[in-house]
Amino acid sequence: MERILEQIPRFFTTDNMALLLQSAGLTLAMTLTGCLIGFGLAFVLVYLRQMPGLWALPLRVVCITYVEVFRRIPFIVVIYLVLFFIQTVASDASLFTIAVISICIYAIAYTADIIRGGLESVPVTQTEAARAMNFGRLRTLVTVTLPQAWPVILPPAIAFAVSFIKDTALVSQIGVFELTFRGKELNNQGYSGILVFGTIAMCYFLMSFPLSMLGQYLEKRLATPRGERSARKIRRA
Amino acid sequence: MPHLAVNDLRAKYGALEVLKGVSFSMEKGQVVALVGPSGSGKSTVLRTLVGLTPVSGGSVTIHGDEIRYSNAASVRRARDQMAIVFQQYNLFQNMRIIDNVTVAPTKIKKRPKAEARADAERLLAMVGLADKLNAFPDQLSGGQQQRVAIARALALHPEILLLDEVTSALDPELVNEVLDTIRRLATEGMTMILVSHEMAFVREVADKVIFMDSGAVVEEGLPEQLFDAPKTDRAREFFGKILRH
Amino acid sequence: MDYNFQYGVVWDNFGALMEGAWLTFQLGVFAFAGGVLIGLLGASIKTYGPWPLRFLVDCYVVFITNTPALIQIYFLYFGLPELGVRWSNETCVLIGLVLNAGAYLTMILRAGFLSVRKTELEAGQTLGFSLVQQIRYIVVPHIAKTVYPALANFFIVVLVMGTSIGALIGVDDLTGQAINLSSINYRWLEYFSVVAVIYVVLTFVASIGLALLGRWAFRVRARIF
Repeated sequence: MERILEQIPRFFTTDNMALLLQSAGLTLAMTLTGCLIGFGLAFVLVYLRQMPGLWALPLRVVCITYVEVFRRIPFIVVIYLVLFFIQTVASDASLFTIAVISICIYAIAYTADIIRGGLESVPVTQTEAARAMNFGRLRTLVTVTLPQAWPVILPPAIAFAVSFIKDTALVSQIGVFELTFRGKELNNQGYSGILVFGTIAMCYFLMSFPLSMLGQYLEKRLATPRGERSARKIRRA
Repeated sequence: MPHLAVNDLRAKYGALEVLKGVSFSMEKGQVVALVGPSGSGKSTVLRTLVGLTPVSGGSVTIHGDEIRYSNAASVRRARDQMAIVFQQYNLFQNMRIIDNVTVAPTKIKKRPKAEARADAERLLAMVGLADKLNAFPDQLSGGQQQRVAIARALALHPEILLLDEVTSALDPELVNEVLDTIRRLATEGMTMILVSHEMAFVREVADKVIFMDSGAVVEEGLPEQLFDAPKTDRAREFFGKILRH
Repeated sequence: MDYNFQYGVVWDNFGALMEGAWLTFQLGVFAFAGGVLIGLLGASIKTYGPWPLRFLVDCYVVFITNTPALIQIYFLYFGLPELGVRWSNETCVLIGLVLNAGAYLTMILRAGFLSVRKTELEAGQTLGFSLVQQIRYIVVPHIAKTVYPALANFFIVVLVMGTSIGALIGVDDLTGQAINLSSINYRWLEYFSVVAVIYVVLTFVASIGLALLGRWAFRVRARIF
């Protein structure tokens, strides 16, 4: 216990804190990039999955299998697979790229289900009205279905991304200089594990907690029907 | 040559045959009413005409031009000529009233924005909603929403307007405002097919009434003929029950 | 890509992988079971407890669910020895996972507790049910029905995401075995692809089992796919 107390002034130096801040930035950047790209690709996946007709059947099977399979493989296994696969095809890829690709693969599997649920929450009658007016599939999606599905899609998608900030701790295993890796490094330098990992946990908490609060606030806000929201805006103005 | 000719039209939901060969025809400017008990396939006729329910047999011709429902381009042409108004209005909840009316003319029919907007304002004024252009659908009453839906369909300048039980979902006191709109369209010579349970209204505006039961046409004729002197037992039974109330 | 896949070595060591899979399964079951106990306690306190206890439970849940499970386990494994508490790596993973799962399960079960409506309990009282009978016939079936799908889903999360963390502190679970074996003969892609398939099979078996259990015990339809 005294050892820890004695280490405190030595540990909380500007240098160490700058390192932690930098690593926290990397953690956030990794999560954000991976989740954003993954979210975009998940839309493509859902769109392909909903293709009508017999010729699209193999496509639908592939999309469904993808979602089902990757939700059942541990993230750390995905990281290793991506790492060694990328290294055999493009040996000069950076570890950051490899981490982002891994996050992406995972984010697609999880957000695809969220997006599908959101799109399915829009009544079929809305798409029927669009079809009867000669809207194409893509136009119906973009102008009618998606704008109505956002309030259902966004909150869980944000919640996923926020909770994935924590899961990215696993990429420390392949040597990306993110928060957890930095923690292990400091621990190896002889700093107390309680001190180091307590601080690191605090760093994650400071990123995750406010963002999840923001997500919850957004969820409440989006749950208000559109008419009411604009009415309130008009009243305020 | 009739304006619209439907010949032996068939449709299935899975194994259930909901239309068992429906035939009728109509001239330009006519108002045809489809009546009959629930589940008789009236609404399905309208849905098949615009390609929302798959057709399993028979033919539909507009101006002698046959619509092939297996062909996407042909279905698009059919939807160009016919516009449908639904029982539940189905306005796009994410768009303001004015956008609901202008979205298809500008995005699908590629009309100039200003022209489509002027047209929409004219139509919304006609249905009595000139002051609601910027409202969202969930801020309007059912009757108002249904009038917007009619304006939205008219903005497509259809040859034929299909009205699918447009007053069934409305509170009784809101029915008349919608019926007034349709009455006005009828006097202006709009070609319409309407599915309705409002028998007094049907008798007033329809040029021809088609009585359907279990997916087939049982009897058709002028409103007076059908309502007052039905030839078939089934029609007599149905109108007897309804008109007594 | 000129990589030459050689699955031969993987089959030679398939037994070791299966041992890892068995450990993964055990860790998953025990972590989940321990988590459910904590979750039941936490949810009861949140619903019926006095405010200081409720506040403590809130702190526990908020802190655990906003920090990585890996860091929690590192804390136990690298931090506690400084206080003279020395646990084996397997113990650290198990305790870490129990504490972690306990927080999430508190939230899941709390939602279930809230779903029991007062009127139903009142209806039970007027029918002359005793407290035990109310719990047996009204509360438990109701909660089971509402939270079972979420519980089944969370078990899979613990089984997959949770247990594999152990590999990072040297536990020989399925992922740990893959790391051990492939660092001997460098057949990383082969080992990890086979391990991925084993995880998929393992979780599918678990999902199907849970769906059947749910249907049999609580008449709920848990989703397999």
